[in-house]
Amino acid sequence: MTKRQKVLVLYLKFPSLEAEVISWATFDGTGQKLHMTGDSDEPPYPTGLDALLDGWRLFQSSQAIPEYPGEEFRTSYLKHEFFFEKIEEGDF
Amino acid sequence: MVQLLSTEQMAEFANSGCLFFDGLIDNETNKEFLNDIGHTDIENVDNMQKYFQNIKASSSIPRIPAGTPLKNAYPHKSPLEKIFQNEVVAGAINSLVGSEAVVDHQFLHLTFPTKYFKKTNQRQMSQVNHQDSTIDPRITFDIQLFYFPTDVSKEMGGTRYHPGTHLRIVNEMGIAKYQNIKGQKKIVCKAGTIGIFHNGLWHGAGVNFSDEIRYMFKVRLQPTEKQELLWDPEKKYKPLPNKALYWTDENQEKTVNDILMKSYPWQEADTNRLDKINTIKFWRMLTGNKNLDIDYWLTRIENELY
Repeated sequence: MTKRQKVLVLYLKFPSLEAEVISWATFDGTGQKLHMTGDSDEPPYPTGLDALLDGWRLFQSSQAIPEYPGEEFRTSYLKHEFFFEKIEEGDF
Repeated sequence: MVQLLSTEQMAEFANSGCLFFDGLIDNETNKEFLNDIGHTDIENVDNMQKYFQNIKASSSIPRIPAGTPLKNAYPHKSPLEKIFQNEVVAGAINSLVGSEAVVDHQFLHLTFPTKYFKKTNQRQMSQVNHQDSTIDPRITFDIQLFYFPTDVSKEMGGTRYHPGTHLRIVNEMGIAKYQNIKGQKKIVCKAGTIGIFHNGLWHGAGVNFSDEIRYMFKVRLQPTEKQELLWDPEKKYKPLPNKALYWTDENQEKTVNDILMKSYPWQEADTNRLDKINTIKFWRMLTGNKNLDIDYWLTRIENELY
């Protein structure tokens, strides 16, 4: 038996796990499923909290960084990023 | 006589970053384009690279030095010249980047079905989300014109795009980690469809799960003049007066400002407001009206008394 990591990245509508999922990515280290860009139009969970309730463990979230002076209105990357993992055991 | 865009279409472009003209180019020109590139029955195509190289070698699509005026870019009577002379296509180009636009680059994108990847033992993956072509903080914008010479079914993996992302300043594939974005669209269209993207619109090619090759011809055009009221040479556009906010009547008539202020499901609660502010700034540029506002977003923060 070996262990493999599955990673779920959720981008939320505001910086709290109760917020709605607006973007998502999944990377499956077990090799059971190959995820790729554009492969699903519906998010895997409605909110970040729902991912926790399904057993995903949060291991990183984006910090609140004040807008750079003079650039307060510049918009760029999605802001509220949360990384989750699940460790799966099996014969991969 | 070219057909310039309407104010509503310009507002749609300013808000979403894209416009579509479904099945615009006639079937005869589509066939002419396909014949010119040597399109053939899929059974006759056994090698992806060889097929592509043959198209490059034999089609009438010219090598165009970057910066060449669009009006001199394509051979006389070629299918591409006909497409760019179409009154709707020419009108949209003139409205967005002017009548003296130049070609940045062009490319014929081919997306092959699964069997070619299996044969060569390659992993068939979609193209990641990206923004063309590097960090671009200009107010001036380029357009990318897409031409689909065949029908594009859902299985063919037509271009994926994210309406409303065009004013977000990112660094090309820096957005590749967003596998899926709420509200993402995938182009499914009739032969002869033309799409026009603001150069900042986030997009990527899908996987072709059909049995046919998908073709998409793309040209990036750059303006050489200010993009101010190009669609409205008689300067008929007038900004609308302020309206009541939040505490409003239920049945207000929809206006061009409602098109401009449309929100998208992928926008964050906080940054969505900045997206609106940036759309208003973009509309100020397009209309040449530096004091214009919508829903008080800019007046509120420009009221600096100290």
